[in-house]
Parts: sequence; structure tokens; C-alpha cells
Amino acid sequence: MRRRVIAGVGEGWWALLGTFGLTRARWRELPRIARRAVKAVLWLVVGLLLIAFLGVWEWSALAIAAVVLVLVVPDYGRITVRGRRVGRFIVPAAVLVLAATYPFYASSQGDVSPSMPQLPIFGPVPQMSTMVGMAVFSIMALGLNFVVGYAGLLDLGYVAFYAMGSYTAGWFASSQFSKQNVYFGAIGVTPGLTGFHFSIWLVLLMAGIATAVIGILIGLPTLRLRGDYLAIVTLGFGEILPQIARNGDNLFGTGFNLTNGTGGITPIDPPGFGSWLHHHVGLPANFLTLGTNSDRAFFWCALILVLLTIFASSRLRDSRLGRAWIAIREDEVAAAAMGVPLMRTKTWAYATGAFFGGVAGAYYASYVSGAFPDSFFFQISVFILCMVILGGMGNIWGVIFGACFLTYLNLEGLSNIGGWLNNHFGPGGSDFELWHKTLDVPEYAYGIYGLILVIVMLFRPEGLIPSSRRAAEFHEGVHDQPLYDAAA
Amino acid sequence: MADALLQTFAVRKEFGGLVAVDDVDFIVPEGSIVSLIGPNGAGKTTFFNMLTGVYKPTSGRVIFADEDLTNRPPHVFTQRGIGRTFQNIRLFQNMTALENVLVGMHTRLKGNMFEAIARTPRVRHEERDARAVARELLEYSGLSHKDREIGRNLSYGDQRRLEVARALATQPKLLLLDEPTAGMNPQETAEFTTFVGKLRQDRGLTVLLIEHDMRVVMGVSDRVTVLDYGEKIAEGGPLEIQKNERVIEAYLGSAAVTS
Repeated sequence: MRRRVIAGVGEGWWALLGTFGLTRARWRELPRIARRAVKAVLWLVVGLLLIAFLGVWEWSALAIAAVVLVLVVPDYGRITVRGRRVGRFIVPAAVLVLAATYPFYASSQGDVSPSMPQLPIFGPVPQMSTMVGMAVFSIMALGLNFVVGYAGLLDLGYVAFYAMGSYTAGWFASSQFSKQNVYFGAIGVTPGLTGFHFSIWLVLLMAGIATAVIGILIGLPTLRLRGDYLAIVTLGFGEILPQIARNGDNLFGTGFNLTNGTGGITPIDPPGFGSWLHHHVGLPANFLTLGTNSDRAFFWCALILVLLTIFASSRLRDSRLGRAWIAIREDEVAAAAMGVPLMRTKTWAYATGAFFGGVAGAYYASYVSGAFPDSFFFQISVFILCMVILGGMGNIWGVIFGACFLTYLNLEGLSNIGGWLNNHFGPGGSDFELWHKTLDVPEYAYGIYGLILVIVMLFRPEGLIPSSRRAAEFHEGVHDQPLYDAAA
Repeated sequence: MADALLQTFAVRKEFGGLVAVDDVDFIVPEGSIVSLIGPNGAGKTTFFNMLTGVYKPTSGRVIFADEDLTNRPPHVFTQRGIGRTFQNIRLFQNMTALENVLVGMHTRLKGNMFEAIARTPRVRHEERDARAVARELLEYSGLSHKDREIGRNLSYGDQRRLEVARALATQPKLLLLDEPTAGMNPQETAEFTTFVGKLRQDRGLTVLLIEHDMRVVMGVSDRVTVLDYGEKIAEGGPLEIQKNERVIEAYLGSAAVTS
């Protein structure tokens, strides 16, 4: 069906263009840059028209269009300096700069800047708090990408790592253990407060390591399984850990309060750089004292964490270990026969993924100042998996795109869309009243994500920005037949 | 006879009630080329899989270079020096030829994940050397200038060659080839036979091959072992085997012997 739909649309399109004298053959003769430029201009004009007539027009929309044009059209990948292909770094670097300066042009006083245009339906550009969420979920999705994208192990319990990271932050940067009184570089804590109070930067590392250890512990028994069986067992562990969190306020009836049960651990200390760095370098001493600017600081730090994750991802992908992961994904038996230790290599993938999940969890816990068991449900595992699949398994940029897009929808986009729909078609709507009771769009979030996933699977199973290898696998398939006792 | 490089004692494999390999004693002397033949379904590949750790024997022992490797995982067999190819080509289809060979070198490289992230000078050198060696191996196996080709896009013969190159990358002492000439035309087969002989000469390899093509078997082997219904029915030099009655019976039926 998919082929027929796409082919049908394509034929109709070319027939239409042919009547204007632009046949397919002529189009193909144009140089690639010209074709890309034409396409980009067309899309941008459509976008600008939509903003002008259905959204809220601001002249900055033209600037945005110009930036997109400059980034998309030229073939940067071919630029070389002394034989090194530095060109391929240009677009990522530009995107990074755009992201890092986002608080300056898109937000003012903690709110969305009025000088930014608004899209129809989707509404204003993301707020700073949404941007923090996008960055944090990018880290998590990149972490899951180690397991699912590189090593090809389906993990349906990734939320366990997120929870573990959050609770580690809860244990070591809050007043949870009130009998203890340990300080180590904590920032902005009222003197005399009980509990462990470690510097958040240290806690991030501790959370990563603790979660990686949990990942190894979960991995050792489960990674002997293959495919569906592995998915089911990871799903089980993904339920067990949050359940422990939910019921851990009286561990084994001893009265030991590990997780504070359904109440969760709150407040968790904010990050900061301390007064010495504040005085000498000008870094904020404590993020919470920044007021409306605190989201900015959280965002920049999250961005640095994302960069570190990207760095580790790409370095590992091109290493001996990364090759082994991909080999396992392609053909486990052949990989084992070529000397790749299956258990150890898979466990490393699992531990690496868990590490980044833990770091992201801890950072988010510090951002929302709490670890709440309600945020660790099975849906989150699926949600993160959706990011990886939607964006393109195995491709760093694809995964980040998937994470940003879905997180945006989750935190802001859906309610914006809902608001727009209700304003136009809801009770007393400006166009006509289609329904008479306010529609709560975020209520249908998982239905909508499911639909997106189904559409992506039908029309582009390799994801929106796939790795070339993965795309090939989806279209040609891999022939990984199991041999019975190969798991070792 | 030279010392045994690989030896099995009463190796047995049962799948449920089916005895696929029935207490086979087997020897591969160092530096020799040994062939394993037998009719279809005789248990050759099952036996092979036990020699590489892919299957664990139900009973019996596998000794390689004086070390008991029974029940060890496959990668240990590879580490100790057993390289193999597969009957149905099992390349990493979506990796390039070079990457395929580099995966084969996995056990011979040392860089761990922290070094890989930091890309220490040691890892950089190791990777560069590994790539050079891998290219050499590709060239040696007749795949020069194909290092960037994706495995799936290679021709059938080239895929076979790449499998050998990948197996050689594990730096084996013993190379196991599972029906390497299946699907090759006579000329390719002849070339391959020469190549196997060259492997022993250039690299001091011991070779064990499963083969159906009797010209290959008789041409290169020092010793031939015949399996039928999981049992070893004969063993000896190629000429001996050709005259062995049980072998003729297994291949052609008992009528061929009596007439």
C-alpha cells in the first residue's frame, strides 16, 4: 500500500510539473545544489505563508528562513581543509550555536520572546523549560540508542535507569537520610540541613556509575536471551525498579525509608558552581538564585551534557567496541565465531546506555527538584524508544531529533495544538463549533504517539534521519538465524 | 605424524532423540590439511560447530593445542586460534568489507571503551595498524580495492573470499572452512584449491575443510575423515578413502559395492 501511495502522489506531481515544461528528466539534469535550493525555497515559502496567514507574523521569521536556507542548501560535507573533511562539522556546529544562543533570541524574562513568529496550530516556539526537557531526553534517547540502535537489543525497561538516576540524586543531594549529615561541595543548602548533600556535578557522575552497575546486574541474567524474550524480561525489570521506588518507604518491614514511597524525594539540591567560581569566573553560584534566568543555566548545562553524550556516542560507534556491537546486531553467531565475547559486549552496551540514562535522570531530578515515582511508568520506556525509532535507530542526529520533537509535543506542543483546536472548533469556537465540550488533547498523548509511530513504520521504517546501515537493514533485511546454544 | 593441533574424544551431540554426532574421535595434525566428508545430513556441520564452540557437545571433549576447550564459549575458541567460515555465508551484510575484517581482528586488539572515548595515542595507533593489516588481508584474499564495498553488494565469490579474509583476521592457527567451494564454478574452485595450499605455505596454517567436491578433497588433503549418520566410518589418506568400501557404500549405496 505504502509503495502505491507514494508512487501515486509522485506520478501526479510530475504530471502536473510536466505541463509547465519541467519534466523529471530535466529536473534530474540540474546540479544537486540547485535542486536542493529549489526544494528548500519552496518549503520555506510554504512555511512563511502559513505563518503569515494562519500564525502570528514577525519579521524575524525571514531571518529564521534565511538561516535554514544557508544551513540546508550548500553541500558542506565536501569541504576539506588539507585533506580532512571538516565540512561535515559545519552544520552540527551551527545548530549547536543556534541552540546555545536560543535563550537570547527566543526568550525574555523567562517567557517566550514576543519577537518570535508563531506557527499555526503549534503556536509559539518552545519555552526554556521545554528546551531543558528536550536536552535531557536527548541524553536519555542517546543512551537507549547504545542498546537499541547500536547493539540491536530491544530494551523495554529503560525507565528503570531513569528512575535509578533520579533516586541517586535524591539520596545524595537531599535531606532524605535525615540521620546522616554529610556535605561535599553542595551548593545553596541551608546550613544545618540534614542528609547527604553532594555537589550535583559529582552526583551526576555517581548516578551514572550507580545506574551502570544496576544495568550490569540486570544485564547479566537477561542478556543471554534473544529478541522478544529479552524485550519481555527488560520490560519486567522496568516495572520492578519503579515498584520498589513506589513501595520503598519501609524496606522489608524494617522501617528503613529508602525512597519515601509515593511522596517521592523532594526537594533535591539545585546545581551551582559555588561562591569561589562565582566571584572569580562569574559563573552562577546557585541556579535557583537566578530567578527567571535559572532555566537558561539549566539549559546550557544540559546542552554540555548532550555534547558529551554525542561525543561518547560517536567515538564509541567508531571504535573496536562499536564495531562489535554492530556485528552482534547483524549476526550474533558470526560475531561470536569472530571472537566477539557476546555477553561482555552486550553488557557493555547495556551499561553504557544505563550510564547516560542515569546521568539524565539525576539531572532532571535536580531540575524539577524531586524524584517522584509517578514519573517512572512503563509509558516512559516506550516514549524513549519511540524517540529512537522515530528519529532513526543508530543515527545520533536522528535520535536527537526524535527526542526533541517528541519531548516538545509532550511538554508543550500537544497542549498548544489542543488550545488552537478548542479556540477554533471547540465550545464557542471562532470558526465553527465542531464539539461542545473542551477537548483535552494531551489526554490522548500516547494515542497520538502511537499513531505517529504507525505512520513512520509504514512509510519510513528506518526513521526520519536513519543511519545508512540501518536503512539498508530495513529494506534488505539481515539474516540472523539463531543457532541453539550460541548464547555464551 | 606431527603433533595433534586439534583433537576430539568421543564427541557426541544429540538434538532431542536424534544423535547428530555419535562419539567421534578425531585428530587434526599440526600443519596438515584435513578434509571432512560425508553424505548430506551426516553431521559434518554439527561437528564443525562443536569444534568452534557454537554448539556444546552433549558429551566428549574437544582439545585444542593441549587445552581442553569443551563447553567454552565460541569467542574463546577464536582467541585460542580457531578461525572459521560458514556454509551459508554469514558476513556482516551491512558493514563494509574492511569493517568485516576489522571485526575479525576483535580479539587481537586491546583498546577498551574508555580509551576509545578518549582516543588515546595507543588506540589511534592500534586502529591505524589494524586498518593496514585488514587491507593487506583483503588484498591477500583477492579483494584489493573492495575495502569500502558493503558486504551485501559483493559478488558471491567475493563474499566467500571475504569470509576467508575475516577468518584470517582472527589470526588462527587452525582454519575451518565449511564447504568453501559451494556454488563456485570449476575455475573458481581450482583457484580456491590453490589458495588453500598457499595458506598453509605462507602462513603455516593448519586447515580443516568440509567439502563435497571430490576433486578439491583429493587434490589438497593429507587426510580425509568420513562421517555417515553421525558416525566416523573411515579415516586415512585420500587414496585409501577412495577405495574404502564403507565410504563407497555410504555415498553410492550398497549395490555399488557388490556389483
